[in-house]
Amino acid sequence: MPYGPHTPEERGKMLAALGIDSVDALFADIPPELRSSPLRLPPAEPELELAARLERLASHNRTGLASFLGAGAYRHYVPPLVDQVLLRGEWYTAYTPYQPEVSQGTLQSIYEYESLIAELLAMDVVSASHYDGAAATAEASLMACRHTKRSRVLVSRSVHPQYRQTMATYMSGGDLDLEEIPLVADGPAAGTTDLVALERLLADTARPVAGVVAAQPSVLGLLEPMRAIGDAAHAAGALFVAVVEPVSLSVLEPPGRYGADIAAGEGQPLGIPLGYGGPYLGILASTEALVRQIPGRLIGMTTDLDGKRAYVMTLRAREQDIRRERAASNICTNQALLALAASVYLAAIGPHGLRDVAALGAARAAELADALAAIGVERLHPGPYLNEFAVRVPNAVELHRRLLGHGVLAGIPLAELEPDDPALAEGLLVCATEVTTSDEISLFAWALREQLEATGTVAGERVLATAGGIR
Amino acid sequence: MSVTGIKLQPSLFELSRPGRGGGKIPHPPKDALDRLPADQRRTEAPALPELSEPEVVRHYVNLSQLNYGVDTGFYPLGSCTMKWNPKLNEWAARLPGFASLHPLAPDETAQGTLLLLWELEAALCEITGMKAVTLQPAAGAQGELTGILMIRAYHRSRGDVERDEVLVPDSSHGTNPATASMAGYRTITIPSAADGGVDLAAFRAALGPRTAAVMITNPSTLGLFESRVGELLAAVHEAGALAYMDGANLNAIMGRFKPGEAGFDVMHINVHKTFSTPHGGGGPGAGPVGVGERLVPFLPFPRVLRQADSTFRLERPGERPTSIGRMRSFVGNTGVLVRAYAYIRAHGGAGLAEVSEDAVLAANYLKRRLEGVYDIPYDRPCKHEFVASAATIKKETGIRTLDIAKRLIDYGYHPPTVYFPLIVDEGMLIEPTETESVETLDDFADALIAIAREAHDDPQVVHAAPSTAPVKRLDETAAARQPNLRWRGMTGAQTPCPD
Repeated sequence: MPYGPHTPEERGKMLAALGIDSVDALFADIPPELRSSPLRLPPAEPELELAARLERLASHNRTGLASFLGAGAYRHYVPPLVDQVLLRGEWYTAYTPYQPEVSQGTLQSIYEYESLIAELLAMDVVSASHYDGAAATAEASLMACRHTKRSRVLVSRSVHPQYRQTMATYMSGGDLDLEEIPLVADGPAAGTTDLVALERLLADTARPVAGVVAAQPSVLGLLEPMRAIGDAAHAAGALFVAVVEPVSLSVLEPPGRYGADIAAGEGQPLGIPLGYGGPYLGILASTEALVRQIPGRLIGMTTDLDGKRAYVMTLRAREQDIRRERAASNICTNQALLALAASVYLAAIGPHGLRDVAALGAARAAELADALAAIGVERLHPGPYLNEFAVRVPNAVELHRRLLGHGVLAGIPLAELEPDDPALAEGLLVCATEVTTSDEISLFAWALREQLEATGTVAGERVLATAGGIR
Repeated sequence: MSVTGIKLQPSLFELSRPGRGGGKIPHPPKDALDRLPADQRRTEAPALPELSEPEVVRHYVNLSQLNYGVDTGFYPLGSCTMKWNPKLNEWAARLPGFASLHPLAPDETAQGTLLLLWELEAALCEITGMKAVTLQPAAGAQGELTGILMIRAYHRSRGDVERDEVLVPDSSHGTNPATASMAGYRTITIPSAADGGVDLAAFRAALGPRTAAVMITNPSTLGLFESRVGELLAAVHEAGALAYMDGANLNAIMGRFKPGEAGFDVMHINVHKTFSTPHGGGGPGAGPVGVGERLVPFLPFPRVLRQADSTFRLERPGERPTSIGRMRSFVGNTGVLVRAYAYIRAHGGAGLAEVSEDAVLAANYLKRRLEGVYDIPYDRPCKHEFVASAATIKKETGIRTLDIAKRLIDYGYHPPTVYFPLIVDEGMLIEPTETESVETLDDFADALIAIAREAHDDPQVVHAAPSTAPVKRLDETAAARQPNLRWRGMTGAQTPCPD
């Protein structure tokens, strides 16, 4: 066994102390008929060979592409100090700070996380933490149902489809209703939450709404009329849940300023690697009024017996190990180390650095939009965006595949992200951040023009051939 | 001996000075944000601290030294399996090919990770005896919810909609009843038998047409194998219910007991326990869920699929309408799963069996060392952990388990889990794991024995413990009465942007 310390003599000593000559005696309580077959697994691999295997597997992923892919997970510059701090064993080999006297590092770092995120969101209370943006949003909708004692939640299609799917799963347990608010079909507000439809859904007073959920920026990258959505929710006695992206909040109005009762979001952009989907960081924040409904750990400042400042887990009566079936959630172990990563990232980059990240991303995105417009590829929606937007291209799925051949990861075809929305079938959702280079943008535009010219011809021929066949 | 440094730190906000920091991100063009509507712009900058790089690093390094981790010393926190976190695995998860892969990257660009996940699923099936595994749940508790929602979907798919109860023993983790509630079920708590095991008669009496599932931790949270599990599973299935196994204690039984073979229908696995992925101060973990044949159709999407040409792809939305849906965004906590994969590969089948043998041997050895000094409420061979109790010490000296736990800090150890399971008076749940040497086990036993002596001879020193930690015991009542949950000292970014 690679990490065990025992010599055969030491095992012998322990067995002798127990008065047995084989560990089998310690497993005699497993009834014979229930004893397992042996484990048929590949043989143990020495570290050198295993390291080579892992390097080989990693190299089978293709990551050196000019990537314009966002859609809920974003490529950013992460100062190396962030990971160097995370690699200290005192952080990553500790566990939940049940014993505060030997956990003040973790406890203070989480208190600071709560403070930093509360500032960024302009919200009162931040819990630490949740699995990811989707699970945090699902917990937010359950919170809204508990608080209002209502069972119907409205979610705008501005919210990432995977978040909506996760909400549906979480809400299925309590037989709660989740309904979607459509997006405006055309005109200047095309692609944003349809406020008229929202009013209509809220007007069904026989089925009162617990919460209204919308995202800023939307999954399509558009800026949403958050204040109007929140006002409508409140007028109907519902809570307003804002799904936010943390980097954008250095330049966009924060949820606490436009009336959100709960804010949820994905913390991955704050110094966390893409890592094929996780581990990420679910952000969940609320107003003071909801503090006893918010699930997840809360760390408070207090003093020790000598009056020294100290930190401790608090309001524990919300949690599963205390309240069991009456807990606010079953959440237990979640993403503490990622909350630390986000804090270290924010401390390292500072308020001005964070604004620069957002503003530079916006500038790169505008450069991308201009470069694509120059080859005749236009945005799908006219409204304002920050650093992500959809463009209209013919046969987006096929085009996206062909661009891979040029080393370009051309965002994501909206037909794959939102397959049931025909209005988006020709859309390609693309994004730029501060790490996007002008060279990458030029390559994308060049390769796209090449393909459009090529496939334009091919597509045309196919249409003619089909038409000929019918005739 | 002091277990930690003494450098209590001011908050990040107190360290902030206007104009410090910068130099990491290029300045954007001045007009970069002009195209945003004014009413959508943030008018007041967030009051985040301004710090130089040396200050940031020292703050976090000094804070880290206030912590105790497995890298620092012995961490016998029962139910948590604080085993060694191999350093190779940290390196592996950070390989750029894994770490920089976008979760929506086309399948053809993600073949390395998809192969790894597929092989990990297969290995976990073999270890648990289950038919299929989903790697999506982000933690054990989310795995539980996944499992119970699948059970719910199974019953409903058969038109069996009257079942609204989940049975759990009173020794269970708090996540079990909390999960049942989230899935819309009523929890029925069944008292344990006198020997610490499930009370078969009580379960039989509670089982019926309203029972959807029974949730069992095996070995139990007392560290005992449920010898009556065969009869219990038969009774559960006869009642038309399904059996959920909380796999928190899988570290005790690898190669000895496969829950799927024994008849459990579904279980979760805490890879941050059994498969050595670090606990991170409270996550990230991962909670893969294994299922038997009957529940395969209900697994969350997306699954990793192997195609005819031996390449891999992710299942597409809507491809399998019986699925309970999605538990979170993207595939799962992939970075954690890379570490678990490396751990399994480093051990092989025989190595994993040896892990469980050594974990059980260490726990029994430590238990034997404490007999006669502490109460051992269940005096039979334990699995990977055991409960000791200070009930007699408390009666004789007034010193409680909490005091003993705090005194262990002065001796240089992280305390065990205390007052859990709830059914043991003055209990401490001690889990040494297989990666601790005999010297460590002996030294820890000596410390606990010395503290028991102190309880009689010098109770004040135990009562006042810890005396060498960075802080004394805390005022938890004040923290809850007037919660201070965030720093409010700063009122706005203090300098204009330097561009």
